[in-house]
Amino acid sequence: MSLNINLEVKHDVLCIRLSGELDHHSADELREQATRAIEDHDIHHIILNLEHLSFMDSSGLGVILGRYKQIKQKHGEMVVCAISPVVHRLFDMSGLFKIIRLEPTEENALQRLGVA
Amino acid sequence: MKNVMNIEFSALSQNESFARVTVAAFIAQLDPTMDELTEIKTVVSEAVTNSIIHGYENDSKGVVYISVLIEDGFIDMTIKDKGLGIMDVEEARQPLFTTKPELERSGMGFTIMENFMDEIEIKSQPGIGTEIRLRKHLSNSKMLCN
Repeated sequence: MSLNINLEVKHDVLCIRLSGELDHHSADELREQATRAIEDHDIHHIILNLEHLSFMDSSGLGVILGRYKQIKQKHGEMVVCAISPVVHRLFDMSGLFKIIRLEPTEENALQRLGVA
Repeated sequence: MKNVMNIEFSALSQNESFARVTVAAFIAQLDPTMDELTEIKTVVSEAVTNSIIHGYENDSKGVVYISVLIEDGFIDMTIKDKGLGIMDVEEARQPLFTTKPELERSGMGFTIMENFMDEIEIKSQPGIGTEIRLRKHLSNSKMLCN
């Protein structure tokens, strides 16, 4: 199973919805697509919806951290929502919750960023 | 009863998913929980990715070897490459340490392997290769083992 990437721009927020498996093999495609969207649409904030992501490893953490650094330079914020218990543990282990806010749903995340 | 499985495959990133799905299919006969199955798939993915990126530096001529032994709810897995090896294993095990930050590597591979498995043993020699041995007892079998 490969990775499906759905991107939607709402004002200066990029919603990234992932389904399938995010590993080293599929991370490159996500990096390219997200980086291009952030630059082309003057994105300041990212919502990462992982509701339909069935697998993720540390390569996924790397690409998420990379996009965080990209929007951090624009003083933006990253919000992750709908994550599985195992992905929650990966975020915990790597300290990502210290810099990336967690919300239960995409709706909550949009409200948080004031674009709901 | 001991049950053993061995696979070897080219160091290509598209084989990362093949490796974790194959190991998961083999250990499924131990009736693991969904979380345990995901943990095993994650550690296989971490070790195989390390072999491909760091061991062979994305040279697809390299070969990754996986050997899995299961017995009474116990998993003993070895993931091996004949690549560059690790200069300093203790340093490589530190959370967030990576030799390839330019590739957006998180440096969390070994930390995840340590957290998701009961035991980890890393043998590595520069120029010879790296062998990671990982062991885990599954929860539905712990009563028998204690």
